[in-house]
Amino acid sequence: MGIFDLEFIAQYYKYFLRGTGVTLSVSFFGVVFGTMVGVVLSLMKLSNNKIAKGLSTAYIEVVRGTPLLVQLFIVYYGFPMFLPFNMSRIALGTVAVLLNSAAYVAEIIRAGILSIDRGQMEAARSLGMTHGMAMRFIIIPQAFKNILPALGNEFIVLIKESAIISVIGIHDIMYNADTLRGITYRPFIPLFYAAIIYFIITFTLSKLLGIFERRLRAGDQYN
Amino acid sequence: MINIINLNKKFGDLHVLKDINQTIQEGEVVVVIGPSGSGKSTFLRCLNLLEEPTSGEIILEGVSITDKNNDVNRQREKMGMVFQQFNLFPHKTVLENITLAPIQVKGLTKEEADRKAMSLLKRIGLEEKANTYPNQLSGGQKQRIAIIRALAMEPDVMLFDEPTSALDPEMVGEVLEVMKELARDGMTMVVVTHEMGFAKEVGSRVIFMDEGRIMEEGSPKDLFENPRNPRTQDFLRKILV
Repeated sequence: MGIFDLEFIAQYYKYFLRGTGVTLSVSFFGVVFGTMVGVVLSLMKLSNNKIAKGLSTAYIEVVRGTPLLVQLFIVYYGFPMFLPFNMSRIALGTVAVLLNSAAYVAEIIRAGILSIDRGQMEAARSLGMTHGMAMRFIIIPQAFKNILPALGNEFIVLIKESAIISVIGIHDIMYNADTLRGITYRPFIPLFYAAIIYFIITFTLSKLLGIFERRLRAGDQYN
Repeated sequence: MINIINLNKKFGDLHVLKDINQTIQEGEVVVVIGPSGSGKSTFLRCLNLLEEPTSGEIILEGVSITDKNNDVNRQREKMGMVFQQFNLFPHKTVLENITLAPIQVKGLTKEEADRKAMSLLKRIGLEEKANTYPNQLSGGQKQRIAIIRALAMEPDVMLFDEPTSALDPEMVGEVLEVMKELARDGMTMVVVTHEMGFAKEVGSRVIFMDEGRIMEEGSPKDLFENPRNPRTQDFLRKILV
């Protein structure tokens, strides 16, 4: 017995393995598509178009001001009412996660873009570049470097937050740990292993990010 | 070449430029002086619409650039600008800094743009810096490169916004030398500066601004030796100690 109970893990490791796969894929697609939507939202928020700006601001505020659990239920029960096609549980869960993530990513990107000195935009415009060209060649490449670490962090946060999708019956790490609790009548061990797995994933990722960041700075021939 | 008609600029309640009327002729080197907060930088920045005028009109070579129907990017190509803080692109090499706009905006091939950039770099004696990044350069080198970056677009007018104010004293000379050479080559220039020596040597006209108005203008000799406006006299007394 004992807390590490190897017999337990030998018998049930497949539950954890599958759960880990689900958690990772929901988080991964959540952050990738969330970033895409986030880029659009941040550009809308930075634009001079009042409608685009208003829509994006409202979206970001509402998402950041309501619990992910509520958003998850709204997507899970609400989307199928309006969609002409069926979506699987896991797809709906991913959509909820990405829509949530997009709002946070949008703010990260906006801050990254605003951190670039306005003289850069002015210099680009004074050379005859359009606003779009200046963004593409001058502002975004410089902002990207500031954004990347924060984006990696967002991915890590998402892995932890995604445990909430277990409540709509998606078989992620958390859900499977809970299932094992029911099967074995042992509440502690499965949750303990679930915690270990989450920790290993996030700890490894944050270390990898650290290395990547240092590389980025070392390979940097400017600043 | 540039006509400025009743130019006004307000930042909220602050009236920074008041009814500026000016005509800048081709080949002129106009030096704008005045105390800080007099509106001289804003005046310069209005000329290529980095600041949008509140009212008034700016006509460059017969085309109104304040007219919303005209493409401001086209007009900006004809006006090079040099900034106090250089504003080189830190993530691009010196060569890329110079060639980016000619390639993207004017549609030059990379070879043409590179060739032109190298000959410009040679002119200021910095061709060996082509592949370095701006952070490895001194302030004076940065500013000289910023000048040829603007020249690479073959502008008709060059605007200088306090180009030597952020430099260490020993680097001011090298930047002024490039500007003087440009002036001698007949470039039309509008220069906001505190370098009175430069104004005397190559300026065709000096404008003194205070409180958002042009208080006095004239040849460098007249304005520096016989200023008529008491404000001009006061200002010159303070800076020409």
